[in-house]
Amino acid sequence: MGDLKNRFGPGLSTIFLILVLFWLAVMVLAPNLMMIDYALRPNLPPAALGGPDDTYSLSNILYLAGEPTHRAIFFKTIWASGLVAAVTFLVCYPIAFWMAQRATTGQLAIALMLIIIPFFINEVLRTLAWFIILAYRGPLNAVLMNIGLIDAPIRWQGNGGVLAAMVYAYILFMLLPIYNAIESLEKAQIEAARDLGASPWRIHTRVVIPHAKAGIATGFVFTFMLAAGSYVAPALLGSPGSRWFTEIIYNWFFEGGDWNRGAAYALVLLVLCLAVVLITLRLFRVNLTDVAK
Amino acid sequence: MRADRIFHVMFVLYLVVFAAYLFAPLIIMGAASFNESRFPTVIPWQGTTTDWFRAMWADAAMWQSLWTSVLVAVCVVLIVVPVGTAAALVLTSLHARARSFAYAVMVSPLLTPGVVIGISTLILWRQMGVGGGVFLIVLAQSTFIICYVMLMVMARLQRFDRTQEEAALGLGASRTMVFRRVTLPFLRPALIASAGLAVLQSIENYNTTLFVRGFETPLTVFIATKVRTGLTPAVNALALVIIVATVIGAIAYEIARRRRAA
Repeated sequence: MGDLKNRFGPGLSTIFLILVLFWLAVMVLAPNLMMIDYALRPNLPPAALGGPDDTYSLSNILYLAGEPTHRAIFFKTIWASGLVAAVTFLVCYPIAFWMAQRATTGQLAIALMLIIIPFFINEVLRTLAWFIILAYRGPLNAVLMNIGLIDAPIRWQGNGGVLAAMVYAYILFMLLPIYNAIESLEKAQIEAARDLGASPWRIHTRVVIPHAKAGIATGFVFTFMLAAGSYVAPALLGSPGSRWFTEIIYNWFFEGGDWNRGAAYALVLLVLCLAVVLITLRLFRVNLTDVAK
Repeated sequence: MRADRIFHVMFVLYLVVFAAYLFAPLIIMGAASFNESRFPTVIPWQGTTTDWFRAMWADAAMWQSLWTSVLVAVCVVLIVVPVGTAAALVLTSLHARARSFAYAVMVSPLLTPGVVIGISTLILWRQMGVGGGVFLIVLAQSTFIICYVMLMVMARLQRFDRTQEEAALGLGASRTMVFRRVTLPFLRPALIASAGLAVLQSIENYNTTLFVRGFETPLTVFIATKVRTGLTPAVNALALVIIVATVIGAIAYEIARRRRAA
């Protein structure tokens, strides 16, 4: 703090500190505290607020554990988000490796530009694009029927559609950290492994992937978190059988009218995401500073 | 040698599939806006038309939602650029231990799911009698967009030579003047870039906005609602216009950046 005042004088330093404190206190901390408060209180009519029933309890969170449909959707959201991250990794790894180790400077510049362009485009529009492709009478079914792979149109909407659109939406978050990590691997190490007779498979599993594990962990964390917290893809591409946890939360707020339960569910989602982030980072010994690049 | 060749062919195949995966959705979505078919698709092609662009242009609700999004984006920029810059300056002035703690707190909104940011903002302000609307959309979006500004300004600050500030002080400038005439001009490129990123982030946000929108319908909500309630290629026409605008903007930004770097 002293350094700040030394550098910019008392007037400016005070303004800076007020701005930052406003952000952290009013926009970050207070909303989260209020959400926790809501999550722990029962949903009462206004007259009963502050009355004998208005006590803290875990009942809203326990409700999630006791309600079989919601519990199933919660666990499904977790493993499906993990699946999204895993598929995204498989899709991205070869191209990340190629960009980092094989591509010429020119190829790299073009590849980076081509990969970044779709990500300047709105997530809602990208989801809309998948909505059109996967429609029952849409292009994908038409093409597959024309070449004779299928006899009747397939209903893609549901788990498959959500997976395709989510992987699509999060490619960049997986690709860039892996690319950055592999880029720092000396080419000589790969050549040494090859000269010693390692197969391409072993070169990747024993040399490249261990070297890139921090980047891979970062990509996993971001993709998992974005997938678990996504609303638009499951809402537009899902089917009644493929509901996402965020949709349940939305319903508590805007259809069920029980904000307290909604807050409890949102809190569970937040804790889940933070736990996954922190555990993964700890496991792979990645520093938070390296994540947010 | 043979194995190498097979490997090479497979890799090229993968590149083609990857490129198709990236671009086919966008191309099909754009192309569908020229098809006469009432449902946006490219197969069968029922005739080429520009009617959907006219329909989109004549849609008053679309203009209303565009206006809402632009208004929100402008307000967001006015908040996030000063606060993000202040956060970067405060953070870089802290001592090592305090810094890593403050850093974790300050990037935490990036690690919070967007829906949770929207929900917690909504709950806090309802308690104070403020309902969803433009004000809450701006506040909720700013909560995490500030982080991006902070990171971009910090990246720029790392290359800043602090002796410049000291030199200016030594020459008799006041501390306020040093900030205005030395530090701020140095940060300018990062400030402009982060303002651009903030506009993009704000206009494209959906997850956070959905919860705090009240009765407002920003562009992303407008499009998502159309998809559910009555999708016509007019929405594709809108999408195509947005895509072309974003790509041109991105390319212009990149060219400007390279010119400055050169």
